[in-house]
Amino acid sequence: MKVSMFITCLSDAFYPKVGEAMARLLAKYGIKLEFPELQVCCGQPAFNSGYWDAAREGAKTILQAFRDSDFVVAPSGSCIGMVHHHYPTLFQDDPKHLAMARELIAKSYEFSQFLIHVLGVTDVGATFPHRVTYHPSCHGSRLLGVKDEPHMLLSHVRGLEFVPLPFAQDCCGFGGTFAVKVPDISGAMVTEKAEHVLETEAEVLVGLDMGCLTNISGRLHAAGKPIRVMHLAELLYEGVKGGR
Amino acid sequence: MNATTSATATVNERAQTALNDNFLRNAVKFTTEKLRTGKLTASEELGNWEEWREQGRQIRLHTIAHLDYYLALFVQNVRRQGGHVHFAADAKEAIAITMNIAKEKQTRSVVKSKSMLSEEVHINQVFAEHGIEVVETDLGEYIIQLAGETPSHIIIPAIHKNKAQVAELFSEVAGERLPADTAVLAGFARSKLREKFLQAEIGMTGCNFAIAETGSIALFSNEGNARMVSTVPKTQITFMGMERIIPSLEDLEVMASLLPRSATGQKLTVYMSLINGPRRSPDSDGPEELHVVIIDNGRSRQLGDPEFQEVLNCIRCGACLNVCPVYRHIGGHAYGWVYSGPIGAVLTPLLHEDKELANASSLCGACYEACPVKIPLHNMLVYQRRRNVEKALTKKAEQLGMKAFQFISSDHRLYRRIVKAGRLGQKPLVKGGVIKAKFGPLKGWNSYRHAPKLAESTFRETWKALEHELQQDLPKMSPELQERMSNILKERGRTDG
Repeated sequence: MKVSMFITCLSDAFYPKVGEAMARLLAKYGIKLEFPELQVCCGQPAFNSGYWDAAREGAKTILQAFRDSDFVVAPSGSCIGMVHHHYPTLFQDDPKHLAMARELIAKSYEFSQFLIHVLGVTDVGATFPHRVTYHPSCHGSRLLGVKDEPHMLLSHVRGLEFVPLPFAQDCCGFGGTFAVKVPDISGAMVTEKAEHVLETEAEVLVGLDMGCLTNISGRLHAAGKPIRVMHLAELLYEGVKGGR
Repeated sequence: MNATTSATATVNERAQTALNDNFLRNAVKFTTEKLRTGKLTASEELGNWEEWREQGRQIRLHTIAHLDYYLALFVQNVRRQGGHVHFAADAKEAIAITMNIAKEKQTRSVVKSKSMLSEEVHINQVFAEHGIEVVETDLGEYIIQLAGETPSHIIIPAIHKNKAQVAELFSEVAGERLPADTAVLAGFARSKLREKFLQAEIGMTGCNFAIAETGSIALFSNEGNARMVSTVPKTQITFMGMERIIPSLEDLEVMASLLPRSATGQKLTVYMSLINGPRRSPDSDGPEELHVVIIDNGRSRQLGDPEFQEVLNCIRCGACLNVCPVYRHIGGHAYGWVYSGPIGAVLTPLLHEDKELANASSLCGACYEACPVKIPLHNMLVYQRRRNVEKALTKKAEQLGMKAFQFISSDHRLYRRIVKAGRLGQKPLVKGGVIKAKFGPLKGWNSYRHAPKLAESTFRETWKALEHELQQDLPKMSPELQERMSNILKERGRTDG
């Protein structure tokens, strides 16, 4: 049984600790993760900007990289959402890659989905005695349908005080290239999101996507209010590590 | 309207003006929050909302797929009941038809109920040019008419105005100081408009839904103005978008369950009127003549386009505006045309002209989630972007950047080299673990945030050591988990075949 890590370009280059936390957590369950090194990027930045030919090249590489995997796990609802929601469109005129895309869709999961639906785990045995709020990334929740999974996992973390984020479902303003191309509207959106986060008086903001989390934490940092921002995998792994 | 809200300014310039207008932003935020919360409550109260949405979607898909048939049926039935039907290919024709009728009736004044289509066609301007008084009778439209502005929301045209501003506008008309009190202001509007209803030769309405099988025009209104406009004046002109049609009254039940709840959170608007032709004896009111003007204005161009035909399913509820974070921050005028929010961003390049609106979106998908007929607006925005790329309308620097992305994302060795170079390049910029520099590509990001730095080693560079370490102590997978995962594979194999 081949379980492969889809690290995503963002985590690979900026947040390797997220990948490490995932790998260590999954190892607890006896999962020997593999890392197909061909992978680079799912192609979403190019796809969303309308450059579909450019997106296809990155996407084909992803299809090739995970060709032999049985399970593919990524610390990102956005990247897995790209595969599930947009790869069929991207390859609609290419039967060979369309077939590969359908196979990848059937076997790829966002991290919390993998824990709950594949491993059947809702309680990783973590202790994390902090006040925590959660931001549900748009692509993960709307494109991929990840709604309850993170809550199921967080609800079993001992000592964790969960505080709901006001208007949690509102976009944080990242939108990939949107934050760079339309910076003022994006800035207004992330400012609003950061204000809601601060309203919760949480010590930790947790999420499933480093794109969103980078965006929000970058704003909080610039506003002089650097609360701790963590990926769910990091939170759970820290909760498990400490509990030993 | 100042220069930066006019059509000649770019989307970014108009957005800038809006973003600096805290008053506007607070007003829009306040009302959209009320509306979207109302929708959630109303849809939960109805229950089975997803099934209703799917029904709505199927009805609209089917109708648009057979639009010629249903339009023909509708026209037949309108004429059977004594109404007149005119076809207008574009705004010019719609205006000509309307002015012909107005001239024939020696019109001096017209009362209108809300019609976004009439804004597309700019009919008010034409009336004014011909010395005909037009009065908007929808309270929100009346307010912006007095202010000399265009609507900034599909359902709440004056969303950007507060009570104090309305009091000021009405005070000018009244010739006396009116207080910023809702009851007083509404009462003033009612008495003013009542005179107009009684004087007007022509009543103009829009059309929420045309019912093909009965030849009816369905109008939803809260203020009763649509009913009055279609009852008192001797001549009625109804502007109907060619796509605003459903097959039957059973279908109207579905739309009546979706539209008010989605638009304002009401179970039903105060009035839902079905107009079946002009006055016939023994009716004591109603227009003597009914003219339905069916307008194309770019809609038929979407038929047969697999990417955009579904945009014709829109029932103009405004739910997408109320959940859109971009709309909430920049308001409706920043979109530069009649329709704003996500539906506006998709429609404007299709029916009018624009090459930028599609970029003003983070593709969060809230619009699709909110749409009562499930139009994939978030996907359509990407299609618009792709078309802009195909037409070479994007910036050269971006095109080059994407070319580079293409090479890097398909070659892991090149990618590794780029990241290594990046780590060297960022050294002078990293302070306190973040990058705050505001030049070049970092300017937009760092005007509001701090940027992360590239990690000392990528995940893939550390993988070998990590893999080795994990393998040393790897616990044995439990037989239950083994079986569970095998079953998933087996299930997958079955469904694949």
